Amino acid sequence: MSIPHRKFDALIIGAGGAGLNAALRLASADLRVAVVSKVFPTRSHTVAAQGGVNAALANVLPDDWHWHMFDTVKGSDYLGDQDAIEYMCREAIPTVYELEHAGVPFSRLDDGKIYQRAFGGQSQNFGGEQAVRTCAAADRTGHAILHTLYQQNVRARTHFFDEFFAIDLIRDEEGVAIGALVLEIETGQPLVIEAKATLLATGGYGQVFRTTTNAFINTGDGMAMALRAGVPLMDMEFYQFHPTGVAGKGMLITEGARGEGGYLINCDGERFMERYAPRALDLASRDVVARSMVTEIREGRGCGPHKDHVMLKLDHLGAEVVHHRLPGITDICRVFLGIDPAEQPIPVFPTAHYAMGGIPTDRFARVVTPARHGPEEVVPGLYAAGECACVSVHGANRLGGNSLLDILVFGRAAGTDILDYVRENPNHRPMREADIAPAAGRLARWEREGDGESVAEVKAALRKLMEDHCGVFRDDAHMSAGVEKLKALRERVEHVRLRDHSKTFNTARIEALELDNLVDVGMATLMSALHRQESRGAHSRVDHPDRDDEQWMKHSLYSRDGDRMDYKPVRTKPLTVESFPPKARVY
Amino acid sequence: MSRPIDTAARADSGDAELSRLRWQCRRGMLELDLLLNRFLDAGFGQLDAPARADFVRLLGYQDQIIHDWLMGRAVPADAALRRLVGQVRAAMLRPADAGD
Repeated sequence: MSIPHRKFDALIIGAGGAGLNAALRLASADLRVAVVSKVFPTRSHTVAAQGGVNAALANVLPDDWHWHMFDTVKGSDYLGDQDAIEYMCREAIPTVYELEHAGVPFSRLDDGKIYQRAFGGQSQNFGGEQAVRTCAAADRTGHAILHTLYQQNVRARTHFFDEFFAIDLIRDEEGVAIGALVLEIETGQPLVIEAKATLLATGGYGQVFRTTTNAFINTGDGMAMALRAGVPLMDMEFYQFHPTGVAGKGMLITEGARGEGGYLINCDGERFMERYAPRALDLASRDVVARSMVTEIREGRGCGPHKDHVMLKLDHLGAEVVHHRLPGITDICRVFLGIDPAEQPIPVFPTAHYAMGGIPTDRFARVVTPARHGPEEVVPGLYAAGECACVSVHGANRLGGNSLLDILVFGRAAGTDILDYVRENPNHRPMREADIAPAAGRLARWEREGDGESVAEVKAALRKLMEDHCGVFRDDAHMSAGVEKLKALRERVEHVRLRDHSKTFNTARIEALELDNLVDVGMATLMSALHRQESRGAHSRVDHPDRDDEQWMKHSLYSRDGDRMDYKPVRTKPLTVESFPPKARVY
Repeated sequence: MSRPIDTAARADSGDAELSRLRWQCRRGMLELDLLLNRFLDAGFGQLDAPARADFVRLLGYQDQIIHDWLMGRAVPADAALRRLVGQVRAAMLRPADAGD
């Protein structure tokens, strides 16, 4: 089969905030930029980010990028790379102003400056009083940023391949990234996009868990592409869960509900947090609350016909408090459950929210891998930014307001570095048929005829497996069993067959390709979690409850080839300031 | 009045138009994914042709706008979309096997 080729200076896979910010920088410099997105760009998951962007603008209270850096290092449980964190916190300020000038409609203070709000984990003067650091455009900051960046890209003549699905990266025999094989969903036709530089900006992979806040599109496509290209994934055991998601659906019920006096009950109506955290009760730290909920369910005290969730009780607060102070929760309950939370309890279960781990990069967003000689080396021509990447600025746990910041700063950094790279490498490298063959083989695999299991069945089994064996309740026995089950499930995927082999808008084929990706990132997560024998940040183990800096202050690297684990040191030296040494993380 | 259609079966058998619609129901927000896909399975097939065209029109709006309408925080000015928003919300609360 002869596959058509298109040539661009830069290829960007993913059209959320990271991809579009990089694209804008490149297209504004007159590079020919292709953005590939499996959905229409403004339907990327960035649109769901409500909170805001952290930047030490000091518009409300005194602030300093150095204080922001301290909070981020501490929040990361000292696993974040301090050079990248310093860079991000410094760059936050010009990045926000750049967005303002691009037209993002930030909310305003009375004096006309950008509105900022306080979030948890923000402090003045290195752990002192609460800081006010999060720049917001009402409660739709992500939406405002995404639409502004999209419009600016259209103006700058970025070439959008809307509803194209990326199959795999293409690397030449020297390992240089030279483009990707993509599939036009509407026609089912493959297309090779040749590029001098390629940026992966495909977002997270919450869909690997049964209960998640993530949209259906978040299937870890870029991360899995990196794995298949021989790049390991870093720190995949660190996944942020919120204790209270709507059971069976995933939407977040904010901690504000418990802050207002709501509490959790089991099937006996017992306020079980009294047994697990007698002082803090339902406001204990997220991991303690989430693990207590799952323990109740495992021990048979769950609610509902399948005893698979617990209840969040708000009805004792009265309709006035519930409806007026918790309007978002009231809406969710009415629309998705048909209940009024002021009258009936809400079925809840821990919900997967954000991946701290991903494709390892340096602070220029260049993908780095373990080197044959020396600590690590750059993969020429390959970049990653946003949730799919691991710079690492979030380390073991991400602070609120730092995820939009991450995608914007490192999307911009990727654009800047790609500009230099393309200047130094002005010609397309030759692409041989053999370079395309692995990606084409992946696509052809789903053309196999015959009977087999359905994609939906195996996907549901995977999501349940990940929730049961690598959710908030982690110990050696559960995770070891999970790895064996996941290896068996990976075999099952080989026997899955599509019933529909048509070309036009065959979304079943896309879902099958997404399943491949989910299995790969699922294994990366489970293996990394099994091997890290400590509790740090979002990775919380029942059998290793303490942080162990001596053994484990290092980054995990999972390689698909042989399901191997490797490790590399944390970069504790910032660019210009003193290091923040590890301390107990107390708030 | 158009004939009811079994959307799940037709999409599975390769009905390109329904597959196209299902892909349009993939959005940036989980809430919209759940509501729109549910409606496609358990409501869309019973719509007449003009109402199906309204659903296509609804999918053309920005995520945040559809979200505000479906969560009841805003109301579409257009009467047909208002009716459709009510139907999408109602489909979410019907038992799973009560679709078409």
